[in-house]
Amino acid sequence: MENKDFVHPYIANSVAAIREEMLKETGLKSVYDVYAEIPEKLRFKGRLDIPEAIPSEYLLKRHVEDILKKNATCGEYLSFLGAGCWQHHVPSVVDEIVNRSEFLTAYCGANYSDLGKYQARFEFNSLMAELLDIDAVANPIYDWGDVAGRSIRMASRITGKNEALVPGTICPQRLAEIRQLCQPEEMDGAIAIRLVDYDPATGLMDLEDLRRKISDKTAAVYFENPSYLGFIEDQGEEITKIAHAAGAQSIAGVDPISLGILTPPGSYGADIICGDLQSLGIHMLAGGGQSGFIAFRDEEIYIAECPLEIYSIVDTVKEGEFAFAEVRSERTSYGLRDKGKDWVGTASGLWTIGAAVYLSLMGPAGMREIGEVILKKAAYARNLLLTLPGVKPVFTQTNFKEFLVDFSGTGKTVAQINQGLKEKKIFGGKDVSAEYPELGQCALYCVTEIHTEDDIQRLYHALQEVLK
Amino acid sequence: MKDVKLRNYRAPQYDEPLIMEMGVPGRRGIMVPPAGAKIDASVPSLEELLSPRARRQTPPAIPEIDQYHVLMHFLRLSQMTLGMETGIDIGEGTCTMKYSPKVNEALTRMPQMIDLHPLQPEETLQGILQIIWELESYLKAISGMDAFTFQTGGGAHATYVNACITRKYHQERGELNQRNEVITTQFTHPCNAATPSTAGFKVIILPLKNGYPDIEALKAAVSERTAAIHMTNPEDTGIFNPRVEEFTKIVHDAGGLCFYDQANANGLMGIARAREAGFDACHFNLHKTFSSPHGCEGPAAGAYGCSEKLIPYLPAPVVVKQGDKYHLDYDRPQSIGKVRSFYGNLSVIVKAYAWIRSMGPEGLRTASEISVLNNQYLDHLLMQIDGITRPYAEGKPRFEQIRYSMEKLKEETGFGSHEIQDRMVDFGIQSYWLSHHPYVVPEPFTPEPCETYSKEDIEYWAAVIARACQEARETPEVIRQAPHNQPISHVKDFDQAEDPDRWAITYRAYRKKYKK
Repeated sequence: MENKDFVHPYIANSVAAIREEMLKETGLKSVYDVYAEIPEKLRFKGRLDIPEAIPSEYLLKRHVEDILKKNATCGEYLSFLGAGCWQHHVPSVVDEIVNRSEFLTAYCGANYSDLGKYQARFEFNSLMAELLDIDAVANPIYDWGDVAGRSIRMASRITGKNEALVPGTICPQRLAEIRQLCQPEEMDGAIAIRLVDYDPATGLMDLEDLRRKISDKTAAVYFENPSYLGFIEDQGEEITKIAHAAGAQSIAGVDPISLGILTPPGSYGADIICGDLQSLGIHMLAGGGQSGFIAFRDEEIYIAECPLEIYSIVDTVKEGEFAFAEVRSERTSYGLRDKGKDWVGTASGLWTIGAAVYLSLMGPAGMREIGEVILKKAAYARNLLLTLPGVKPVFTQTNFKEFLVDFSGTGKTVAQINQGLKEKKIFGGKDVSAEYPELGQCALYCVTEIHTEDDIQRLYHALQEVLK
Repeated sequence: MKDVKLRNYRAPQYDEPLIMEMGVPGRRGIMVPPAGAKIDASVPSLEELLSPRARRQTPPAIPEIDQYHVLMHFLRLSQMTLGMETGIDIGEGTCTMKYSPKVNEALTRMPQMIDLHPLQPEETLQGILQIIWELESYLKAISGMDAFTFQTGGGAHATYVNACITRKYHQERGELNQRNEVITTQFTHPCNAATPSTAGFKVIILPLKNGYPDIEALKAAVSERTAAIHMTNPEDTGIFNPRVEEFTKIVHDAGGLCFYDQANANGLMGIARAREAGFDACHFNLHKTFSSPHGCEGPAAGAYGCSEKLIPYLPAPVVVKQGDKYHLDYDRPQSIGKVRSFYGNLSVIVKAYAWIRSMGPEGLRTASEISVLNNQYLDHLLMQIDGITRPYAEGKPRFEQIRYSMEKLKEETGFGSHEIQDRMVDFGIQSYWLSHHPYVVPEPFTPEPCETYSKEDIEYWAAVIARACQEARETPEVIRQAPHNQPISHVKDFDQAEDPDRWAITYRAYRKKYKK
């Protein structure tokens, strides 16, 4: 029963006198008059088995800080980890804006009271559209793998076909999410996912194999640029032509921070574009900064099949004034439940505002420069590591910010090497030897604008010692 | 009705242009760290590194703005957003717009949170893994379930996980071809119908009987084809279904699994649990019941819990404790696999952990009790307003939220819940949310005055609704032209967003369609 002496700073009406007053006004003896609806047998008796309260804010802060301080950060260690979550600089203005109370706590406030939220979203869509070179961008959802799967499902509904081709170098985690969304094959609406071989010399999608595998059953060809393994997939135009010739949709998965220097997928004809926003000014947060976006041509068929919320600018009754309204909301699961397109839900809205601020700060010059700097630093790091004895390159194609290094010739496993690096306060590249056994003892290194020449030299010297 | 003085509120109005129309060529918002002379000198030129087809030919047409004006622009947009913390956000029922403690925000901005890479060696992630493990144990106590995963990126994502686990469970028993139906109810969140459908199931939605899901219809619906039921309780109407245990028994007897969408759990902490009602699985929205902020729709987390028999199917990895060390266990041969990269939205997990620690067992129960008491008090005030009704289950109390109707007001004045929504914001409170679709309750609105809100907030909120309803009768032009104190006037024609020739989803589409 109620403990009326319990007062907590987060509960305004926990004061006993107020409770009494409200009970009196409502004619209830106790709130347990309401809980009488719960059958006796289903009521929880006793005390929840969780630790006692820490109502003091100071002591709570100490307690949680003490736990979090058991983590070691990518500031304390020099990190070369990427593989879908990347360490980039987050501008202070981005933090200032995403931590604003109004954006942080807003939810489904309607057109007028949350106008600024809607405008910021529209600006995000508009900035992304320029970066991607395409006219329609939906409200993002969970992450890259999820939107890749949803893009394939869109393509399947658009074409009425139920197979999709994906690159053999796809991120395994993304592939698992895609398969989750598209299979198993005994279920209604299942889409078979088939891998296209990669050229063992360059890593690029093997177009001969693509031509062999594509058929009139193919709904979509999905490819990644830059690829999971870091190289630049520059065959977007040919892949799209092959897809279109077979009546399939072309879907490009991209890391948007590359698009100041890499060809935007709209330019090579991709029908649907997806990817993750995390690189655009969102902290890593141990993988909690992911946000998957989908963009497509401004054609009715794409809007009709998109499962996510889409907003348009609309006029108000006052000349020159604008508001924002949802486009064809009835197509979503909010509108049609099981008859809607897949499903939509609360996911990663705040990060769209972060990405909008990021792109506004960077401008076209910033996006070009960051692309160039990353490309050069990654090339420098790769070339330097390849001078180490026994260390071999894997693909000849140019990389963007991630690249594979083959340690098979060093006599050591990636696991052993990374253990050695860890002792020198370095997180080595991701061990992909289990994901790609055919490539041997390979690690996927990630170099971004935050790495200085000294950092790269430090890695080189540490590897020299570890490989001895 | 209480005598409440309504605020003379004016929303901030800056006539702020779209950012795409701002900027001057050459201005810079931030500088990128350069490669440096040595790197520049030692790597090939860009032309050599990038083939012409790989290289962007035209720069993106994004604006060029200095830092101060980017900041100013987005600060103004934030001020033109009422959000929850300035807006007495009682109106967004089923969303539990509770206070998100600032200390928890400060904690999740520590470098030991924001600067973590998910693939760091697990010995360098011991703090965050400990919090995952501890929070899991608290949610197990609160629900009676045996394990939780936090990989899901939102509440709907958790119902999707249940659909995937249901699929796997029946597949492993060789019954997936036969068990292809999932049952749900009218007043359960739409994702409970949509996610099984995405996973390939047929969906049956039970009809209503006096506001309750019809148990006779459930008996008729179950069969050897039944894979699962997805239901919630109390439902979105705030009505608690006292026969819930019969529902789970009927589905279990037919061989199906029972999933409890606990998006509406805020009135139940320490009061009633999923286990006692016979559920195999449930989920909590950590951004609702457990205080993490809503963030303009995320980041969010739908903590998914299940009983012993479903643990093998949980998404990998799961956090396990050995001695005093925490590990990520990927060796899960029966797992459904991944639904999201890495481990989920961990900042949300830390905030939920800190909130539970602040509250303790007594605090959680008190939060639930006060959320229900607050709702009774708001109901007491709203039911005094002419034109508002509370459909179904006459004489039965509602728990933490209520779906009301303004059908009577609409019949009498021509104004319903949409028009009142446009007016209420003129008094400095956040607009209410109406209902999920379809609108089974006509002219709906669904307030949820959770434990955050004071008696005075509740009185103010009710007084605003009363004032707007009174205006609908006495000064209809005020309602017809609302809003009046907002940054913009009312939308001219919502059909503009329905018409492919007139909708403009991005600025470049807007330019093509309107600035030819």
